[in-house]
Amino acid sequence: MARNLTALRSQVELALTNRVAAPFNYRDRKIVETVSAGIPEIDALTGGLPRGGLTEICGPACSGRTSLLTSALASRTANAEVCALIDGQDAFDPYSAELEGVELKRLLWVRCKNMEHALRATDLLLQGGGFGMVALDLGDVPAKMMRYVPLNVWFRFRRAVEDTPTIFVVLEREANAKTCASLVLKMEAQTRSWVVTNSSASGDGNGTTAKVFQTHACLFEGSTIEVEMVRARGRKTAETSFLVRADGKGFHI
Amino acid sequence: MAFAAIFVPNFIVQAVLRAEASLRERALAIIQGVAPIWSGVAANEAAMKAGIQPGMTKSQVEQFCGIEIRHRSLGHEKSAHAALLDLGWSVSPRIEDTAVDTVVVDLTGLNSLLGPDEDIAAQILRCAVAVGLAVNVAVAPKIDVAILAARGFAGLTVIPEGAEAKRLGQLPVSVLSPSIEVLETLENWGIYTCEALAALPVLQLSERLGQEGVRLHELACGQSVRSLVLAEPEIHFEEGMELEDSVEELEPLSFLLARLLNQLCARLVTRSLAACAIRVRFELDPAFNVETQENEFSLRSDDCRRKPTPKIYDRVLTLPVAMRDSKMLLNLLRLHLQSDPPSAPILKIVLAADAARPRFSQGELYLPSSPDPEKLELTVARLASLVGDAHVGSPELMDTHRPDEFRMRRFVSTGDRPEIRRGRGNATAIRQDEVISQEPRELGKSANPRNAFRVFRPALRVSVELQMGCPTRVCVRGICGQVVAASGPWRSSGDWWREDGWQTDEWDLEIVFALSAGMRTDSVNRPQRESTLRASEHSGSERGVYRIFYDSIRQDWFLRGMYD
Repeated sequence: MARNLTALRSQVELALTNRVAAPFNYRDRKIVETVSAGIPEIDALTGGLPRGGLTEICGPACSGRTSLLTSALASRTANAEVCALIDGQDAFDPYSAELEGVELKRLLWVRCKNMEHALRATDLLLQGGGFGMVALDLGDVPAKMMRYVPLNVWFRFRRAVEDTPTIFVVLEREANAKTCASLVLKMEAQTRSWVVTNSSASGDGNGTTAKVFQTHACLFEGSTIEVEMVRARGRKTAETSFLVRADGKGFHI
Repeated sequence: MAFAAIFVPNFIVQAVLRAEASLRERALAIIQGVAPIWSGVAANEAAMKAGIQPGMTKSQVEQFCGIEIRHRSLGHEKSAHAALLDLGWSVSPRIEDTAVDTVVVDLTGLNSLLGPDEDIAAQILRCAVAVGLAVNVAVAPKIDVAILAARGFAGLTVIPEGAEAKRLGQLPVSVLSPSIEVLETLENWGIYTCEALAALPVLQLSERLGQEGVRLHELACGQSVRSLVLAEPEIHFEEGMELEDSVEELEPLSFLLARLLNQLCARLVTRSLAACAIRVRFELDPAFNVETQENEFSLRSDDCRRKPTPKIYDRVLTLPVAMRDSKMLLNLLRLHLQSDPPSAPILKIVLAADAARPRFSQGELYLPSSPDPEKLELTVARLASLVGDAHVGSPELMDTHRPDEFRMRRFVSTGDRPEIRRGRGNATAIRQDEVISQEPRELGKSANPRNAFRVFRPALRVSVELQMGCPTRVCVRGICGQVVAASGPWRSSGDWWREDGWQTDEWDLEIVFALSAGMRTDSVNRPQRESTLRASEHSGSERGVYRIFYDSIRQDWFLRGMYD
C-alpha cells in the first residue's frame, strides 16, 4: 500500500514538474491583514475587512448596507487613508456620511450614470492603486441586471487588489462574485424602533400594520440588523449566521 | 576666473532641427521671404556639399535632388535661444546673452561644486544634447577670447591663461566679425588669419582702419578685457510650432504635442524646475471658422476687403502637483483635448509651462500609503472623461440648510497624518507624537453608528394619501405602500430672498410595499432607481424607512431617499 502511494506520488510530481513546484509540500496560508469595519459587532463576527480582497455586502433596501459601508469609510479615512467611492446610482449622501465620521476631503467620489460607467471607473481606480479602500455601490441596481455582469469582471477586480493593501468593497442586493469574494456579508433589517415621548414602539417584521404615531416627539431611532457571514476565506461559516446583538437590543443602527 | 562661451553654429538650421530631429541626417535648406520671392538663407553641411548656397531662390534650391526645404521660423529660433539661455543658467546664475546664438557663462566659484573647467564644459555639452542643440563650448580667462574660440573651434576648447594669442592665431579674420569694408581691405593686404593681424603694428593699423582696426587687433591678440553684461533670469518656458498643413486629428496632434512637451520638460529639468500648469494655445484654420465663412464668400465689397481673423483656442491645464514627466503631461493633455476639442483644424501650436519648484516628499514609516499624485491626476482625468468633470471629486458641504446642497471639489491627495477627534463633531488637534500611540478606532465614534441615508437624485415625485394630516399611503410610479409609522412634519425653508427659495415639510415614514405575485419584475427599460421599490422578484413585501417631503412652492410630494 505504502509502495503504491509512493509510486503514485512520484507519478503526480513528474506530471506536474513544469507547472507546479513541489505540489505535496505544505504551504502556510498567507496571513491576510484585516482592518476594522468601524462596527465592533461586525469586527467580532468577521475579524475585520480583508486587505487585498473583495468583500461583498448584500441585502435588500433599508437593510443597513450603506451604514456599514459608511462606517468602514469613516474608519479608513480617519486613519488618513485615501478612499474612493464609485456610486453606481448617485445615491451617496455626504451629509450623513460626514456625521458618521467620513472625512470627505479624503474621499474621491465618482458619480456614475449607469453600471457600465461604474465598472469602468472601478477598473481605472483599482489599476491606479494607492487607495486604502475602494467601494463600489451598486445597491440600487436590480439583481437581474447584476447577474449579467460576467464572472471574469469580478475575477479581474480581485486580481487587481490582490497583494495590495487596498480593501475592495461591493455593495449590492445579492452576492454575485462567487469564489472571487474573500468575505460575503448578508444583511437584513429585523425591527425598527420609533421613539414617542417616553415610550417606544416598533413595527414587527411580519408585515402587519402597527400603530401610526404622528407627533413631533416621534423620532426614528434606528433598526436592528441581522448580519450573516455567508463566506469568509480561511474561516468556517456554517455556524456563523447569527443575529449580531449588542446591549441586548441587537446590532443597532 | 574663467568664462565659458556657448555657441550654436548655424543657428537658423539648428532651430529647425531642434523641432524636427528626423532631419538631422538629411540635407536641409532654409528659405525665407514672402511668396513668391523665397530665397535661401541657411543650409546644413550636407546641403552645402550638394551645392546649395545662401541667397539661392527657392526654384534653384528645388532643382537639387534630396534636399529638404523648410521655411525659416522665428518661433523656433526664439525657442532655441530660450533653450540656450536655460543651458547657461543650468550651470551658473551669471550669464551674458551675447547674441542669439551665443551665451557666456561666468564659471567663478563653480570649481568646488562642479569640478575643473573641462568637466563643467563637458557637462554643458551633455545638457545641450538633452535640449536639442549641438553647441561649441570654449573656456578661457577672458570673455572675448572664449567667444572667439567657441565660434572658431568645434566641440570643446580650453585656452589656458597666456596662450590666448597663440590659440586664436589659427582662426580666420572673419571670426572677429569685422565690417565688410575692413574685411576686404585686410584680404587685399593678404591678412587672412588672426595671427597675421596680431603681427601688424597697432599705430599704423589705427591710421588706416581707425578704431575698428584697433579693436580687431586687440581681439586678435587676445587682450580684450571687459565685464560680463548679466542677463536677468527668465522663468518663462514656451515652445511653439507653426504647421504648413493644418492638423485636425488627435493622433498626429499628439505626436507634435509630445515633441513640444519633451523640449519643454528638458528645459525645466536643466533649471531644476517643474510645471504646475500647462497653457495650450492653438491658432485655428480660419477657413473653417463658422463665424467668418459668410464674410469669405460674401459679394459685398467691404467684406471682401476684410481678412478673416484666425480663431484662437486657449486652455490651461492646471496640475495639482508640479510635474515634469512629458509622457504623463501628454496623457493629461490628450484627455483634456478629447473632452474639449478645438472647433477647427490647427495651424499653430504654442505650449507654455508655469514653472514651480518640483515636489519632494519623504515617506514615513507609520503613515499609510496614498496614491502617487501624478498617477492619481491621470486617473482622475480619465474618470472625468468617462463620467464628466462635475461628477468626480470630493464633496464639499455648503453652509446652508438647503437639503442635499454640496459642491464637487477637485480631489487632491493630502497625505497628511491621521487626526484624532476627542468627541463626535468636535475635532481637536493634538500633538503629532500622540498620533502613533492611539488606535484609529478611538475616534470619538459612538458604539452605535448612525443611520446612513441614500438619496434619490432627482427626488422622485410621489402621491400621498393623508388621514388627519398624516400620510397613510404612498404611491410612486404605480407602486403603493402602506405607512406603518410616521414622524413629522419637520418644516424647513430658506433663501426666500432669492428666486430659488425653498420650503418643505419632511416626513420619516416606515412604509410596507406589498408586491402581488402577478406583478412584473424589474424592467430594465425603467429608470433603475424606481425598480428599487419593486426589487423583490417574488410575491411578498418590501419594508423600509423613507423620507418624503411636501414642497410648498411646487405644491407636490417627493421622495427624497431612504435610510439604509
